[in-house]
Amino acid sequence: MGHEQKYVDKKYEVVGTRFNRPDGIDKVTGKARYGADASAPGQLVGRVLRSPHAHASIVKINTSKAEKLPGVKAIITSADLPDVTGGDQGLADILENCMARGRALYDGHAVAAVAAVDEQTAAQALKLIDVKYKKLPHVTDVDEAMCESAPVIHDRIITRGVEPKPTKPSNVAARTQMGHGDIEAGFAEADVVIEKSYKTEQTHQGYIEPHACLASVNPDGTAELWVTTQGHFVFRNVCASLLGLDIAKLKVTSSEIGGGFGGKTHVWVEPVALALSRKANRPVKLVMGRDEVFRATGPTSSTSIDVKMGAKKDGTITAAVAEMRYQGGAFPGNWAMLGCMTAFACYDIKNNQSIGWDVVVNRPKVAAYRAPSAPMAAFAVESTIDELAKEIGIAPIDMRLKNVAREGTLAPYGPTYGPIGIEHTLKAVKDHPHMRAKLKKNQGRGVACGFWFNIGGQTCTDLNISVDGTVNLTLGTVDVGGSRSSMAMIAAEELGIPYEQVRANIADTTSLGHNDMTEGSRGTFSSGMATIFAARDAISVLKQRAAKMWGITEEDVIWENGQALATGDSHSNLPPLSLKEIAAKSGRTGGPIAGHNEVVADGAGMGFASHICDVEVDPETGRSTIVRYTVVQDAGKAINPDYVEGQFQGGATQGIGWALNEEYIYGDDGCLQNAGFLDYRIPVCSDLPFIDTQILEVPNPLHPYGVRGVGETSIVPPLAAVGNAIANATGVRMTHAPMSPPRVLAGIDTLEHAS
Amino acid sequence: MRYATPASAKEAAGMLSKEKGAAFLLAGGTDLLVKLKMGMVEPDLVVDIKRIPKIDQIQTSAKGFTIGAAVSGSVIGQHKGLKAAWPGVVEAANLIGSDQIQGRATLAGNLCNASPAADSVPAMIAAGAKAVIVGPQKKRTVPVEKVVQGPGKTCLAKGEVIEAITLPKPEAKTGDAYLRFIPRTEMDIAVVGVAISLKLERGVVKKAKVALGAVAPTAVVVPAAARALVGSKLDDAALEKLAAACSAACNPIDDKRGTVEYRTRVAGVLAKRAAKIAFQRAGGAL
Amino acid sequence: MSNATLVSTTVNGDPVQFACPTDESLMTALRNRVGLTGVKEGCGTGDCGACTVTVDGSLVCSCLVLGVEAEGREVTTVEGLSQDGELHVLQQKFIDHAALQCGICTPGFLVAAKTLLDRNPNPNETEIRYALAGNLCRCTGYDKIVRAVQDAAKDMRKASKKRR
Ligand SMILES: Cc1cc2nc3c(=O)[nH]c(=O)nc-3n(C[C@H](O)[C@H](O)[C@H](O)COP(=O)(O)OP(=O)(O)OC[C@H]3O[C@@H](n4cnc5c(N)ncnc54)[C@H](O)[C@@H]3O)c2cc1C
Ligand code: FES
Ligand code: FES
Repeated sequence: MGHEQKYVDKKYEVVGTRFNRPDGIDKVTGKARYGADASAPGQLVGRVLRSPHAHASIVKINTSKAEKLPGVKAIITSADLPDVTGGDQGLADILENCMARGRALYDGHAVAAVAAVDEQTAAQALKLIDVKYKKLPHVTDVDEAMCESAPVIHDRIITRGVEPKPTKPSNVAARTQMGHGDIEAGFAEADVVIEKSYKTEQTHQGYIEPHACLASVNPDGTAELWVTTQGHFVFRNVCASLLGLDIAKLKVTSSEIGGGFGGKTHVWVEPVALALSRKANRPVKLVMGRDEVFRATGPTSSTSIDVKMGAKKDGTITAAVAEMRYQGGAFPGNWAMLGCMTAFACYDIKNNQSIGWDVVVNRPKVAAYRAPSAPMAAFAVESTIDELAKEIGIAPIDMRLKNVAREGTLAPYGPTYGPIGIEHTLKAVKDHPHMRAKLKKNQGRGVACGFWFNIGGQTCTDLNISVDGTVNLTLGTVDVGGSRSSMAMIAAEELGIPYEQVRANIADTTSLGHNDMTEGSRGTFSSGMATIFAARDAISVLKQRAAKMWGITEEDVIWENGQALATGDSHSNLPPLSLKEIAAKSGRTGGPIAGHNEVVADGAGMGFASHICDVEVDPETGRSTIVRYTVVQDAGKAINPDYVEGQFQGGATQGIGWALNEEYIYGDDGCLQNAGFLDYRIPVCSDLPFIDTQILEVPNPLHPYGVRGVGETSIVPPLAAVGNAIANATGVRMTHAPMSPPRVLAGIDTLEHAS
Repeated sequence: MRYATPASAKEAAGMLSKEKGAAFLLAGGTDLLVKLKMGMVEPDLVVDIKRIPKIDQIQTSAKGFTIGAAVSGSVIGQHKGLKAAWPGVVEAANLIGSDQIQGRATLAGNLCNASPAADSVPAMIAAGAKAVIVGPQKKRTVPVEKVVQGPGKTCLAKGEVIEAITLPKPEAKTGDAYLRFIPRTEMDIAVVGVAISLKLERGVVKKAKVALGAVAPTAVVVPAAARALVGSKLDDAALEKLAAACSAACNPIDDKRGTVEYRTRVAGVLAKRAAKIAFQRAGGAL
Repeated sequence: MSNATLVSTTVNGDPVQFACPTDESLMTALRNRVGLTGVKEGCGTGDCGACTVTVDGSLVCSCLVLGVEAEGREVTTVEGLSQDGELHVLQQKFIDHAALQCGICTPGFLVAAKTLLDRNPNPNETEIRYALAGNLCRCTGYDKIVRAVQDAAKDMRKASKKRR
């Protein structure tokens, strides 16, 4: 059935108000079941043995001692995960990342795994596995990895996107370039040109729930997987492909998810758990330890970025170029490309060019982290814009407004923008009381902008009306931040019934058609769209049934406020039929009433934000404290404002953590030194003030309610907002994130030496 | 692993000394259990002292305070007398970890774990704390600065147990303070720690003791820093000398928590700040 | 299970017995042997607070307590907060204020916040933030959590005034 995706302005009854979430009670009472909270009869404990070396060939793995340990039921190595990927290099990389194949590519790379009757036995078995390594030279720094002299990690990698095609392998997987205009002419026009180089360190999503799953494979090739994931349908497809299972025979159920932020869009231990179960012929529960999460699941790229921007005295940016190097860990990714696409997206710059280099190093495989690649690019660009503004002598906020992208602007990555909200957020920032609040000694204020595309993708949704008129909404997109409540609100809105009458659930992979990941801020956008369409489907069934009950033609029935009304002069005396009344009779009017929708939702609507940050810097220690923070973001339409605010606050806080202290620290041996929350320093409660939010609503023309994705953009501006605030507090431009106390103090020193 | 709950410190000492395998005393467990989890220790015997009568109490006498080896940080933080007498020691003890860690962590455990960055150790040293050590045969009392001999190494012989930490009754007009530097506000291990206790006479520093943490293999006492303060009213010159002496006494390492340069520098900065707090607590006017 | 010891304890007011290896944490014992999976494991090393419970009234990370140490003690977990089928004020306020997104940190926060309010019924914002610093939340930025605790404290103070 064709449905109208276009935005229609209307008044809402349910949408836009604040409701409690359906999973709230389970989560505050401890009843909610997460990845590690399931068990199966006869289940074994799975554990993974990991490489202690950054790069080493695996000479020999001797498992015989471990096999003899009573209680050990299966031991696997890469030999138990034969390559059935049929030449698909992307899948082969995933397989190799799940279990090293002859070579350990990073500290923490899985080398073998065991399944045993209990934790103690499994731990002991790991110690009895004897692995003989031959250490190889390693490289963990993105710039060093690009050097001629760097050890080449994969012989198969020949740089893509370079003409003529290189003849020798290197660590550079790809070069991308985009932009438009005439760069040289643009710089010639400029009165002021600023050129700077930046570095950002690697950070981790830091979800509090480690990866966990419960796998069970039968000898006939049927299998089940209970797992904490952002997309159980995708996990199903990937795991089935890696293990050679039929997709429909692998049933994947998504548990409640204890945070993902992109990190649970990739498989890490799930194929290993399935392979262990296949070998042991018993269910296997595999839960990662926190150190394993840091060492062996996907953090974000570390980067090195050069930016050059020129502007006229009036503030018009005439040209901008960026060259960005992103490492993707031990396997190639397209992270630099995403950096290129987002770098200048907030602005209308006539001449711009971005060049990206995707590089491999001996670190864990990079995964998406909330607006992946955008925060680093924004750090470089937004810092440079402040420097430009300073040089010209114009307020940074006015500089941004002067060059802001609008409807009709040609985006650096190709498309021409429709209605977008960046200008609205900047104006709101300019008018915000926060901008006029007085700063104390050693304090500074910074503003920065951020952009994220948001994506749509495949979605499939069911809506079933029970005989008592209550509604089951069955979704296939994992609820990572309260989307069940938003979806229930949308269904209630469409049907015209109270929110409490709708129960939203996430279905397993055998109960619905394919759904893409909950990533790219797509959850509310795409599932919301499918929910609207499924509800409209159900409404047309409800109208048919009402017509039948009345004995009139369907054309004479309309749906309003949760009830069917008969129209036309001949029927005006018929009393309305409520959803409940129609549902109660459904058994006799044609059976169950349901709506269904599958859609490839396009046009998720770009998300833009501007943040204001006040920071206080201790000039003697270089320590920065965030004293006030405001997020202004365009949500298109906030279905449930509580949860939209929550996304803004959470994203901003992750960005603040990255700006101030979070970083992967590698030793000279290429091993990760801070694989725990004590030394990987995410913000704690006492580090922060309240995070103020302002939701703007510039409707997305390609969504019936105007919804845009809201989940990711909020992590993009903080690095630069904090950096700009520090610059205003101290006079020091920080070019290396995180801007940890030693780095800031060193910056203050150079300033003092200069003066 | 065997688990035992002796009824006296002496019994605990006996158990430890007789054990042929790896034996560990368990107080709050906030260090030991982390090591157990990470596979850094594989005990054959764990001796839990928390069931020993009175070992979880603070006794006050004319001579001062006796803090049982199982007294947790949160209990220390709620003890009014101790807080009034040695606010720096109490603050240092309370800086250890979160409220959850405070529910378990002990002074003796902090000391015996022998981490260079242990927060309470410099504060205890500056305050003149002593460890009451019980062995299978005899009992001895050792100043806290003599207990730790290197990272993870103490002077305790096999079978010896710290039964309590004692703090003297403070003399009139004394004050102490402990400050540490961490990148966050909580849940970090000290990058630098500075403890200072001092005594005033007519507004002038008469006696002082300065101890640093996290800047050397063990906490270090810095006599030169104390000398910088003695005879002064904490004027700028004295504070600069103090800072210089503290920085000079640093012998740190570069690690994930801080660089040599940064630690050396910040030791001086914190010393000045801690001195001011201690001075005011002693009744001095700045 | 080598070296298993039988432990008799009280959990959420009920007598409970379980057998666990001596080196097993109270967290694991509560989750795997008592079935209280509301006790969450985020790190196993005392850094995240997801496993927070009280033992004899004092707030601890159950991952840093041995199961055998619970002998004769009283343990309270998130499952023990709601009484007589009614949510504790804090639980209700966490829902009302949207103080949870993924919810994995919530059990630990609730136990820690309850312990704070039992000790200090009228904490200021800073006191709340420091008291909860041992509980990591990666989703919310803590904003709505602090507000929920403030609001719960207000209601609890009102209720206790009425009772008096
Ligand atoms: C999340 C977290 C945060 C932390 N933050 C800090 C911090 O900020 N600052 C800091 O200094 N530390 C910190 N620590 C470390 C730890 O909490 C402290 O060192 C604590 O004081 C240890 O005390 P305990 O009673 O728990 O020791 P335990 O773990 O019980 O014991 C530690 C060691 O000392 C031995 N021992 C204990 N008591 C005695 C005794 N009476 N006689 C002889 N030997 C004994 C034990 O055998 C063991 O080897 C932190 C730990 C964690 C997990
Ligand atoms: S699991 Fe106990 S503190 Fe993280
Ligand atoms: S709500 Fe997800 S960690 Fe707190």
